[in-house]
Amino acid sequence: MSSNHLKELEEESIYIMREVAAQFERPALLFSGGKDSITLVHLARKAFYPAKFPFPLVHIDTGHNFPETLTFRDQLVGKIGAQLIVRYVQDSINQKKATEETGKYASRNSLQTVTLLDTIEEFKFDACIGGARRDEEKARAKERIFSVRDEFGSWEPKRQRPELWGHLNGMINYGENVRCFPISNWTELDVWNYIKQEKLNLPSIYFTHQREVLIRDGQIFPYSEFLNMDGEEISTQDVRFRTVGDMTCTAAVSSTAGTLDDIISEIKSSRISERGARMDDKRSEAAMEKRKLAGYF
Amino acid sequence: MKLLKFSTAGSVDDGKSTLIGRLLYDTGSLTEDQLEAVEAASKRKGFDYLDLSLLTDGLSAEREQGITIDVAHIYFATANRKFIIADTPGHVEYTRNMVTGASNSRLSIILIDARKGVIEQTQRHFFIANLLQIPEIVVAINKMDLVDYQQAKFNAIKEAFLQFTQGFPNFKQNITFIPISSLKGDNVVNESENMPWYKGKSLLHYLENVDVNSYVNKKDARFPVQYVIRPHSEEFHDYRGYAGQVISGAFSVGEEVTVLPSQQKSKVKQVVTFDGDLEIAETNSCVTLLLEDEVDITRGNMLVKTANQPQIDKEITADICWMDTQLLVQGGKYLIEHSHNLIKAMVREVDYIVHTSTLKKDTETKTIKLNDIARVKIKTAQPLFFDAYEQNQANGSFILINEQTKNTVAAGIIV
Repeated sequence: MSSNHLKELEEESIYIMREVAAQFERPALLFSGGKDSITLVHLARKAFYPAKFPFPLVHIDTGHNFPETLTFRDQLVGKIGAQLIVRYVQDSINQKKATEETGKYASRNSLQTVTLLDTIEEFKFDACIGGARRDEEKARAKERIFSVRDEFGSWEPKRQRPELWGHLNGMINYGENVRCFPISNWTELDVWNYIKQEKLNLPSIYFTHQREVLIRDGQIFPYSEFLNMDGEEISTQDVRFRTVGDMTCTAAVSSTAGTLDDIISEIKSSRISERGARMDDKRSEAAMEKRKLAGYF
Repeated sequence: MKLLKFSTAGSVDDGKSTLIGRLLYDTGSLTEDQLEAVEAASKRKGFDYLDLSLLTDGLSAEREQGITIDVAHIYFATANRKFIIADTPGHVEYTRNMVTGASNSRLSIILIDARKGVIEQTQRHFFIANLLQIPEIVVAINKMDLVDYQQAKFNAIKEAFLQFTQGFPNFKQNITFIPISSLKGDNVVNESENMPWYKGKSLLHYLENVDVNSYVNKKDARFPVQYVIRPHSEEFHDYRGYAGQVISGAFSVGEEVTVLPSQQKSKVKQVVTFDGDLEIAETNSCVTLLLEDEVDITRGNMLVKTANQPQIDKEITADICWMDTQLLVQGGKYLIEHSHNLIKAMVREVDYIVHTSTLKKDTETKTIKLNDIARVKIKTAQPLFFDAYEQNQANGSFILINEQTKNTVAAGIIV
């Protein structure tokens, strides 16, 4: 397969990155250590070469990360000489700004919003670059490339600005900020094909490995000390992760895919969508929309 | 593999969602959990069929009201091509959403219900596709199963469509008619056995093979500077690179360029990308240009060939689609965003408002309301470097921004 469409997607993303740098005073790139944000970092490097990209990476750390992701993050930051800002959900909990969820489905996924908004406030970021893609979820399919948020971080779908041709309007009033999504038009498969084409490194958990897991609601959950157990049995299986989030809400897939080629053919033949493994989206039909209204990524 | 962005317009009644659902389903682009979610939601709503609009109507308000309100983007791919659908609502109160969806599309699908034929909505959809000069238009005559797959019905609608389009400007748009049934699957992905009289290909076959590069302007070299790259490092001392996208034409190393508005001349010294230097910066490529001479260049300046320059003027005539609930009044002041310049502008004169289905021009009304399409004269505080939209879409389009609310209030096409 020729990579013509990847070139076109790459050009669009580079264009958006440069618009962010030109239109905003204090942008930041939200970095989770997942494949989408790793792709964003690579695109940012391309957009401003030979200069370093003119914004810091910001990681909102839930404290429930896969250790492999953190190791990878620190290696990447060291290699490219980027500035990294880390803020912790645990601190928001200690400051009583966020309350830990209880019960067997307890997760810190939605608590990230509190810490994110505080971080935006602390550094006066006027634009946050994120790796959200429109193919991920139906509420995200309605999202703009420049998504204006009020001072509470809320997404107002009915007040969205029309985006015409290549004209991106990043003008905001004081206190507002913008979420910018350079890979809006990429699909999961595009990201994987691009990672292969560009020979990007990824955290090891994207590839098959043996892990202690438990089965909950038909999904394979990674066992960790952060998980509230409900009498489930723990077993060791060959798994990999298709998406990487908080350890308490990211399910694994049974897989022996050990290379990028294996992963690409696995995704091509998969009958389950990427976010099918995210318990945070399964809470209700409008779960993502609700979180976005509250200021989520 | 190439990328094709196309737009659809219509409401649930037209079978638009069914068509998109059919394209996704028959190309194997729907996953089990997505289908399960649709099944469960359809059942909850008491439907005895799969309501595929639940896939595309991503907002709670849309699902509650059973209508498409906003543009949704839908992605699928076949072995030959990747597709991005800008799915837009069809009613007149959503004209601005249709314009938005169409502005980034190279092809537009206009859906007609075979039982109803050409109706006001059809005319509006064509009007917008014509206004934005979308090079390829597919008229999909749907629900052929409900008219017994009659050739006469298809021909009559085709005739009526061509009849009403006669009064429109001809922007070399190709119009293709395909008889389909989204519900039964005729001619959507697979060719129909119910319409042996139709000798053309299926809709998907057409989408996979249509030439998507025919509209590219390779003649007029235009490089609006987006961002100035200055590494401030030992290795790249005194480096000034001009980052941007070549919106039309191309630039080669060694060629003379003129910088607008300063009219200074220099030569292209280097075409820089992360993946190595290039000899030529082709149309649509995002590159960084270095020049031979030290010239003062900032965002919004434009590099062009000395012998081929755009128009430079503080006065433009344009067709605009008004997108704000606040009215536009003659003499109103806004910001215009054109090729990375943000400049104060005044709508000096409203020539007329055009009715999107009758083409009637109202020259009396001087205030423009949400979803109106109007011909206006705009005066800008600084000169713009522009081409007519017909020659150059990227350099012939603009948006207007309300300086107080900061909202995008109009889409503009320079005539």
